[in-house]
Amino acid sequence: MSEAEIEILLLSAKVALAAMLFSIVPAFAVAWLLARGRFAGKALLQAVVTLPLVLPPVVTGYGLLVLFGSRGPLGRVFESFFDISFAFRWTGAALAAGVMAFPLLVRPIRLSLEAVDRGLEEAASTLGAWSPIVFLTVTLPLALPGLLAGIVLGFAKALGEFGATITFVSNVPGETQTLSLAIYALMQSPEGDAAALRLIGLSIILALGAVVVSEWVARRLERRA
Amino acid sequence: MEVLAVDITGKAGTFAVSARFTAEQGVTALFGRSGAGKSTILKMIAGTARPERGRITAGPRVFFDSDAGINLAPRRRGVGFVFQDGRLFPHLSVRWNLTYARWAGRRAGTRALDEVVALLGLEAHLERYPETLSGGECQRVAIGRALLADPQILLMDEPLSSLDQERRAEILPYLEAVANETRIPVLYVSHDTDEVARLADRVVAIEAGRVRAIGTAAEVLGHGSGKGGGAVSILEGRVIEVDADYGTATIAASGGFIELSAEKLVAGNSVRLRLNAADIAIATAPHDGLSIRNQLRCEVKKIERQGNAVEVRLAFGSEFLLARITAKSADMLRLIEGMQVVALVKAVSIERARNLP
Repeated sequence: MSEAEIEILLLSAKVALAAMLFSIVPAFAVAWLLARGRFAGKALLQAVVTLPLVLPPVVTGYGLLVLFGSRGPLGRVFESFFDISFAFRWTGAALAAGVMAFPLLVRPIRLSLEAVDRGLEEAASTLGAWSPIVFLTVTLPLALPGLLAGIVLGFAKALGEFGATITFVSNVPGETQTLSLAIYALMQSPEGDAAALRLIGLSIILALGAVVVSEWVARRLERRA
Repeated sequence: MEVLAVDITGKAGTFAVSARFTAEQGVTALFGRSGAGKSTILKMIAGTARPERGRITAGPRVFFDSDAGINLAPRRRGVGFVFQDGRLFPHLSVRWNLTYARWAGRRAGTRALDEVVALLGLEAHLERYPETLSGGECQRVAIGRALLADPQILLMDEPLSSLDQERRAEILPYLEAVANETRIPVLYVSHDTDEVARLADRVVAIEAGRVRAIGTAAEVLGHGSGKGGGAVSILEGRVIEVDADYGTATIAASGGFIELSAEKLVAGNSVRLRLNAADIAIATAPHDGLSIRNQLRCEVKKIERQGNAVEVRLAFGSEFLLARITAKSADMLRLIEGMQVVALVKAVSIERARNLP
């Protein structure tokens, strides 16, 4: 692999990892609300969470640009309070990837939480465990396969995100040019076909690897459970 | 010693539950048909269901008091709950399931794990996972898990009802062992006369959400139905002699001696016997030349006609026997209340309901 290719790979991994790291907790919280919560506006929350999946990615990217751009209201908040800017930066790529992957992360977690037998939590409470301990020792381990499935799906989506990213933070080599954007850029130039093919092969290997690893982990967990 | 006192009203699904009873050391059965509200009462004691009004106390501790606004969380009630469906944690091995209350519930370890494991015969299964266990093994683990939660009260919600007849027979001796050795109140919910006769010291009969009767197993179950729908009577006595050659034992009951064929009976032990009304015949005088080993002198207390049969209530010492004979026999013998008769009981027809310590 050439140095440029390694740089693209590392950048893509950094973007996808950051997207996942910052989405897991909110995604779990939303999945919990959807699975267990009883409140008005649950259907609305469900719809909002699903939105990035059904909207054209360009629209999501434009929305992010309006909200999180250097002049956007949320963009200013992040800039002044956390000293984080998103415009044309890898952080913006991570934000776009995280938003696009969010529904894929929430759904399997929600399903696995719904599948957890509440009777087991009841049993744990009669055995003296208080609710955070019940969550850590019963609910979370039983929902773990769903959580892992969500993370793998979300990571794959974040790695390959294209539309929202290019709309929000453009295609800046070394900063926002992830795997998909690099392939796209190479395909635009007349002599880039071979290099594009190499990157395409790489992304196929990455995707296959992720699926194999997640299947293996899920199997191991199932055997234990 | 803690005494559980329950006095509650509330809802079980669509119908009202209203119950008032106490439970002391030993096994108290909540006995009644499925859907009578027994399980709901148990859940209210455990704290996983909430009564509308009333009070539940265990010794000095108040679990629930609607007037004082007290509703203690389930984890603070110090109960051990054995669920109908086991509810073992599927992701934990038997060892981790058994000790859950220790490491997750921070309950005091007043009993040794080894002791409970031995009591329930789980030595070979500690490293296995619940999905590889049979239904009977699962329930034994569930019982052990509740015992190891350092309970002040043990609640069992039909622990045998999800099992087939063979598995029940396999677990009953373990439950008997638990009942005999435990020093806390045990509430045992069941709709099965055999189980209740075998395990319970006291019976609270529940019907349509209300307490119908409270008393000893003999008092309450005497009216209930036994095998094949017939009535049963329960006698308590002490083993005074064991004939190892013939495999028979002699029991001293309040009204006299009873002989039965019995294995594993030890002289000096208390025992509870169960007699099906249909297995008891009545004679007006003692007879010679019978294979029947028991000729018990009784007094006819009550004769109740039930179709072509009559159910005769006989006083035997301070206890009662129920005999079911045809109406024709009763008329031919000219049975009347107050009459002295002899109850004929074959030694092999007497069932041992429970070994008491």
